[in-house]
Amino acid sequence: MKLSDTMRSKQGRRDLRNGLLFASPWLIHLAVLIAYPILSSFYYSLCNYDTLRPPRFIGLENYRILFTEDPLFYASLWNTFYMVVIGLPVGLFLSLGIALLMNQKLSGMAFYRTLYYLPSICPVVATSILWLWLLNPEMGLVNTMLGQIGVQGPGWLVAPEWAKPALILMGLWGAGGGMVIYLAALQDVPQQLYEAASLDGAGKIAQFRHVTLPMLSPVILFNLIMGLIGTFQYFTQAYVISRGSGGPQDSTLFYALHLFNVAFLDFRMGYACAMAWVLFLITLAASLAVFRSSARWVYYAGESR
Amino acid sequence: MKRRSIASQWIGHVTLLALGLFFVLPFYWLVTTSLKSDTEVFAVPPVWVPKDLLWGNFVKAVNYIPFFTFLKNTLIICGFSVLGAVTSSSLVAYSFSRIRWPGRDALFLVLLATMMLPGQVTLIPVFGIFRALGWIDTFLPLTAPHFLGSAFYIFMLRQFFMTIPMELSDAVRIDGGGEWDIFSRVILPLSRPALATVGLFTFIGSWNDFGGPLLYLNDERKATLSLGLQQFVSQHGAEWSLLMAASTLMTIPIIILFFFAQRTFIQGIAVSGIKG
Repeated sequence: MKLSDTMRSKQGRRDLRNGLLFASPWLIHLAVLIAYPILSSFYYSLCNYDTLRPPRFIGLENYRILFTEDPLFYASLWNTFYMVVIGLPVGLFLSLGIALLMNQKLSGMAFYRTLYYLPSICPVVATSILWLWLLNPEMGLVNTMLGQIGVQGPGWLVAPEWAKPALILMGLWGAGGGMVIYLAALQDVPQQLYEAASLDGAGKIAQFRHVTLPMLSPVILFNLIMGLIGTFQYFTQAYVISRGSGGPQDSTLFYALHLFNVAFLDFRMGYACAMAWVLFLITLAASLAVFRSSARWVYYAGESR
Repeated sequence: MKRRSIASQWIGHVTLLALGLFFVLPFYWLVTTSLKSDTEVFAVPPVWVPKDLLWGNFVKAVNYIPFFTFLKNTLIICGFSVLGAVTSSSLVAYSFSRIRWPGRDALFLVLLATMMLPGQVTLIPVFGIFRALGWIDTFLPLTAPHFLGSAFYIFMLRQFFMTIPMELSDAVRIDGGGEWDIFSRVILPLSRPALATVGLFTFIGSWNDFGGPLLYLNDERKATLSLGLQQFVSQHGAEWSLLMAASTLMTIPIIILFFFAQRTFIQGIAVSGIKG
């Protein structure tokens, strides 16, 4: 009895040692690139910090300025919400719609899948430049084609009221990324469920509502959460099409772009950290709201999950 | 499911092809614009098939910018990132899936939580660390972190490692092997598809990354393709055929990679997306 106890604790110690050893790269990552930066970023957010002089503690001043004196903060917040509230759902619906279309028993499925998926893995800088050209107001393909059917196309990326819709359109070109995830889930839905439903007299629409949607709901939640986190940090496309300015008239000045400019053009590092914390809290609140609502609309097949 | 009627099959194909135009046409326009003369680029109505294919545009584009320097820089960064991500993420995933140690599960929750943290929160202190190390204008800020594992790939590999029967580990233990033997002789060889997925996604992530190079690389000779291409737009905003040629050159490797590794892609998405 005693012997086995010491053996077990010896084994336990060895497991702990090995476990920590194998995990050590990420433990260093956690300490150096996450934990320490979180703490110091919070401290910086309470400081005046321009990188040349050491940070000077100013309390909540950065946050006060942010909420009361920075119109660009609200502009960038508005632009970002626009993408979250309009762009994200439109993209999610399109990728779900395509996945449903693709899930029919059609020949050449792999061909279509490739067709739709490819744009989503192409370099964002290259695709942004491509769309800059496609959406060029005078010479771009989109407006010249609209012109041929007698429609005067808008200014797209150079018109303040059209720049965000243009970016959303551009984003839809990458809808294949979400589509393949939906498609993988669709193909995992057990065929018997459809058979059982049709035996019970469920038509196509009833099958979709009562079989497909519930079975897909965990993946919809996954895509929604990932999309939410990503959209709140929307940056590269806006940087490329506006050359970092967020123009025209701040219509593409998204939160992350404003933060980047504040930090690395104005060197107001403390202020940028305060912005980052506000972004974090907004992302967290939105994610939690989605998670809480998910109890009502997400169905897990293995109840115990 | 019953076999679909011919008519409904046709409707399916027509819808998919019509939608497909939206996804294919921009590619077509990207490639054809890069082969056009300026007259054709700006012609109204648009020229769908260029009369002469000006391959010289590609030569011009790669000489306008130090294209091959950018390519070399990008490949170096991609190579080290892939090496770092595959080795470190598999080690950490092994610890989180196949060794039992106190605190492991709590720490794994922390790992998952870090995926929700916007990069902006840690951005400035991390920038400060790399600057203090003298790493600005080197590739190290873009490659070194990959050697410390990234949460998403650790999570993915952990899910995969957990599907490997524990009996295989026990067999090695009975033969007197330790954790390292299990890891290197059993787990890694069985996980080639998952490791390939991690490598592939890391490669594409580094190839496409713009924010990192923008932040850390100021010297033009250190720039990557993403960064170089973006600066090209700023300098030659209206030379569309050259811009499209350069964009084409940057996109083609990704497309080739996709066709060679299609299965790895599709399987990887299925694993990473949902099988959590």
